Amino acid sequence: MENLKEFNVDGTVYKTEVTKKFENRKAWERPNPKHLKSFIPGTIVEIFVKEGQEVKAGESLMILEAMKMKNQIEMPFDGVIKKIHVEEGVKVPNKMLMVEIE
Amino acid sequence: MSLKRNILDLRKRKEKVLQGGGEKAIQKQVAMGKLTARERVTSILDEDSFHEYDLFVEHEARDFGMEKKQLHGDGVIIGTGTIYGEPVCIFAQDFTVAGGSLGLMHARKITKIMDHALKMRVPLIGINDSGGARIQEGVNSLAGYGEIFFRNTLASGVIPQLSVILGPCAGGAVYSPALTDFVFVVENISKMFITGPEVIKTVLGEEISMEELGGARVHSEITGNAHFYAQSEYECFEQIKKLLTFIPWHNGKKAKAFPPKPPKPEYKIEEIVPADPTQPYDIRNVIKAISDDSDFFEIMENFAKNIVIGFGRMNGETVGFVANQPMVLAGVLDCDSSDKAARFIRYCDSFNIPIVTLEDMPGYLPGVDQEHMGVIRHGAKILYAYSEATVPKITVIIRKAYGGGYIAMNSRHMKADFMFAWPTAEIAVMGPEGAANIIFRKEIMNAEDPEAMRKEKVAEYKEKFANPYVAAAKGYIDTVIEPEETRNMLLHSIEVSNNKVDRRPEKKHGIPPF
Repeated sequence: MENLKEFNVDGTVYKTEVTKKFENRKAWERPNPKHLKSFIPGTIVEIFVKEGQEVKAGESLMILEAMKMKNQIEMPFDGVIKKIHVEEGVKVPNKMLMVEIE
Repeated sequence: MSLKRNILDLRKRKEKVLQGGGEKAIQKQVAMGKLTARERVTSILDEDSFHEYDLFVEHEARDFGMEKKQLHGDGVIIGTGTIYGEPVCIFAQDFTVAGGSLGLMHARKITKIMDHALKMRVPLIGINDSGGARIQEGVNSLAGYGEIFFRNTLASGVIPQLSVILGPCAGGAVYSPALTDFVFVVENISKMFITGPEVIKTVLGEEISMEELGGARVHSEITGNAHFYAQSEYECFEQIKKLLTFIPWHNGKKAKAFPPKPPKPEYKIEEIVPADPTQPYDIRNVIKAISDDSDFFEIMENFAKNIVIGFGRMNGETVGFVANQPMVLAGVLDCDSSDKAARFIRYCDSFNIPIVTLEDMPGYLPGVDQEHMGVIRHGAKILYAYSEATVPKITVIIRKAYGGGYIAMNSRHMKADFMFAWPTAEIAVMGPEGAANIIFRKEIMNAEDPEAMRKEKVAEYKEKFANPYVAAAKGYIDTVIEPEETRNMLLHSIEVSNNKVDRRPEKKHGIPPF
């Protein structure tokens, strides 16, 4: 037994090894509604808005093509585009920050 | 006229087929560090026991120039043979013939031997080494996969199905192994994935090697797809043969009994387990201290190591062990360990193997990631599997049995046949610290010295509830035993459970929380 660590379960501290998978787990973050993230890996084929532009809820911001499907990325609420982190033609992984809204 | 000419002609034809994809392709296979399909089959089976069928099968593809190509055996070898004198069915994809790609006739050969295995009630061993669907054969090749998956499902729980991944096994092809009971992988040779590095690179721009994406280590440590990991093909074959000594040939039989042997004297059960329930130890040593010849054959030893599963023997008969591992993550139950244990419990139940559960765990793993990954749904699998199982089920509580984990780990309430506890057992709704903090919250808060009061109350709770006697007083535990008595109690309880009859309500099938 190597690398014994302290491990708390319901208030009791146990001596134990931990797995790689456990150590690599991601800490939970409260989702920020002003951050639009990709929901599937794919390619940004077209962007319809510019930074600083006012956009109404439901308007299309861009098209994210994935698995042969062209997905419209919609504005979730009325607001201003603060920053766009992607360009037309780039490939995005899943859960990548694409647009910040104000 | 003599038969000689016909016989010579047959020999010549056979010889041609036996060359597989030819000298060059075989050289390539060897250069990849792989054995040929025929070498694999003959290495696994008893010497000279292999009999091959369908070696003259030819494909019927008529498009894309395929009509001019002759593919010996259509890229797969099927046949029957014996292992330790007992019959088995086997197929091996031959990568030297068109990359072992699966076309219509290739699939038909596989389903032929699968049908035979199911009908004759013998284990099926499938060796996978294939580039995937034969694109030129289009939907016929998809149909072929579908027919294989369907048969895997029909045979599940009737005959043992072993999948040996000795090369690429990609795309839809991965689902046949996934539907079988045991998957074997070999370092640097096995590669399993739905979409390969090429596609991932094109779609995502992410570069990853086959090994990093779906190599032997990945599937034995991270995904839990593989049950046995080996460094070489020969080591893998030994694992296959050893596994077959522990399991019955079909669900109407019991596993073969061996001459009983006592455990090795170096495993001293009392010295393995520390009295302090927060101190770790290797539960596998406890298993070795109670099983015949201290021989424990672990399954999925690199995945969800906080629970240990595998086969051993008691009094010469196979038992399945399910044991919390205090050495890793304090032995908690979580999504992965629940999956791992539940599937094994169902295997044992299907194949008439008594289950011995060794319990020492502080409960389910707390945390947002676990909750969001579905620890409720996954954790429920253990409850389902134990409740459903009607083979003899015996539990030994070694130290901690807290909360939901106590119920899940084959408790009396899941209809364990025998419940034993060591005097060190703590059977309680939760650990003393957590329980005292809740029950005595006000006293602790209002005390002059809250920390001293907390300690006092924890001690009070420990004294009262952190023992096996409260549960024993209710009959939830059958008896409290000394650690040294464990093996004898298990031998006896398995023996008296030999003719167990326990029926469940008749149904088509249940709806387990898959």
